[in-house]
Amino acid sequence: MARIFIFGDAINTDVLAPGQYMAATLDELARHCLESVDAGFAAKVRPGDIILAGRNFGMGSSREQAAQALLHLGIAGIVAHSFGGIFYRNAINLGLPVFAHEAAIEAEDGDAARLDVEAATLTLERTGTVNRLEPLPGFLLDLIRDGGLVPHLEKRFAAKERTP
Amino acid sequence: MPMTLAQKIIARAAGRATVSPGEVVTAKVDLAMIHDSGGPRRVEPILQRLGAPLFDKDKVVLISDHFVPGSDATSAGILDLTRRWAKARDVAFYDGEGICHVVLPERGHLKPGMFVVGGDSHSPTGGAFGAYMFGIGATEMAGVLATGEIWIKTPETILIECKGRLGIGLTAKDIMLALCARLGMDGGRYQAVHYSGEAIAALDMQERMTLSNMAAELGAQTGLIAPDRVTLDYIAAAGGDPGTAAEWQSDADAPVAEHHVFDAGNLAPQIAAPHSPANAAPVGDYPATPIDVAYIGACTGAKYIDLRRAADILRGRACASSVRLLVAPASKRDQARAEAEGLMRVFEDSGATILPNACGICAGYGTARLGEDVTCLSSTARNFKGRMGAASSQVYLGSPYSVAAAAITGRITDPRDFLPEGQG
Repeated sequence: MARIFIFGDAINTDVLAPGQYMAATLDELARHCLESVDAGFAAKVRPGDIILAGRNFGMGSSREQAAQALLHLGIAGIVAHSFGGIFYRNAINLGLPVFAHEAAIEAEDGDAARLDVEAATLTLERTGTVNRLEPLPGFLLDLIRDGGLVPHLEKRFAAKERTP
Repeated sequence: MPMTLAQKIIARAAGRATVSPGEVVTAKVDLAMIHDSGGPRRVEPILQRLGAPLFDKDKVVLISDHFVPGSDATSAGILDLTRRWAKARDVAFYDGEGICHVVLPERGHLKPGMFVVGGDSHSPTGGAFGAYMFGIGATEMAGVLATGEIWIKTPETILIECKGRLGIGLTAKDIMLALCARLGMDGGRYQAVHYSGEAIAALDMQERMTLSNMAAELGAQTGLIAPDRVTLDYIAAAGGDPGTAAEWQSDADAPVAEHHVFDAGNLAPQIAAPHSPANAAPVGDYPATPIDVAYIGACTGAKYIDLRRAADILRGRACASSVRLLVAPASKRDQARAEAEGLMRVFEDSGATILPNACGICAGYGTARLGEDVTCLSSTARNFKGRMGAASSQVYLGSPYSVAAAAITGRITDPRDFLPEGQG
């Protein structure tokens, strides 16, 4: 079962993808993801886990390694009060579902949870609460369904080649 | 329908007569700027996968600035890859000429009304020229390079009207730090900030660039300033085509989502405490705060105008023995101008170390990164924990005047103490 990792406000891209490791491999960079706020994060997180965060998650740089590192560690989605604009676009473009949700969600670090991207719900197993999220606009959901912008464009370019 | 400047540019780029805030449209990009970190090394594999040529090689500008000058084998390799790509893809390329946000307008690539994407979060800097310029990540940039298009949600406009005139020892940087404190780092809501008013009209282009640059720190998508004579003169001098100013103004009756009035006339120098630009407060609130490093660098704080201001303070004075003053001029041209006017000599005489024309430690790159527990006052835009070096380092932000003053005294200092009446 997927678990929730809780972070506060203003988690920035330098914390997600430290400049010092920007020349390193994604695997190496991801090992340092969030380490300055939660030293053990990269070691603890398992594929399918979910991040629940406060305001302006991913603010700062345009470096998409911030979203890529989270994906690499297996994060399946992020629900935050709000997102840095560039991070939000980067996440969608990489196929990482992100939901802005201003209302408080009652959860504790490590709670078992289920994120349903299509239905836009976050279900907490301990309390049985189903949090209804704002569904992604159709054109962004299409990007997520395709696995991100690159596979999405591959379809478009392939279609173009078929049409003389 | 009356439209804001942001709406007018997006409507034009989307091939529409009008667009309304909130409307999602696909817009054609007039120019795409990329750098060595988020550029070739990351976009080329995607272009290969798509089998796509560049949508228009004449609308792509590549500038190396992040890994410059190549401090180890890995960063040198990234720069080599960048050079090969520039040649293979036959695009305009500035190699080690300075930081992209400064070099792009310096070489006449921007003009009012353009719709521009940059592969860097400080891309709103282009907004100072009345261009709608914003930052995107590498995958999205690859998409732009392949298609020439990008989706955009037409923004609301957040008008920031700056009344009065900045006093002696005050800069655009002080305005921005005060605005970060007032509106918060998400106050821009990823909408379009638009600066106006007497205080803005009085600023030269490089000061205006600082305002637009730090629209990023307000969380805005861009930071626009409507073009005027100052804008057109700068572009013409840079060898660009200035176009017309009249066409790229907000309609007087165009609705804005927020209208903030900012009193520039009563502003005191601002210092932002670790670890956020939003922690800004007047310099007088920081008694006896010693520093180890004074950093004058970055697109935000080491342009020609910034160097001139720092030199006004440092002329004939030496740095405190406890302080390392590092100066990384934002571009080669700005450094050459500073050299010609004797400003670089002022820095050297004061004991400064001159660093390459690159992003350097502002973005956590290079060899001058801050060590454990080091306290730094920096003219850059961001002081997030660990950004400029060790997580235990403490970075304060201030104007170039403030950084220079602190370099002399060894602690955070009101720079006005070093400026004679009437200077500034």
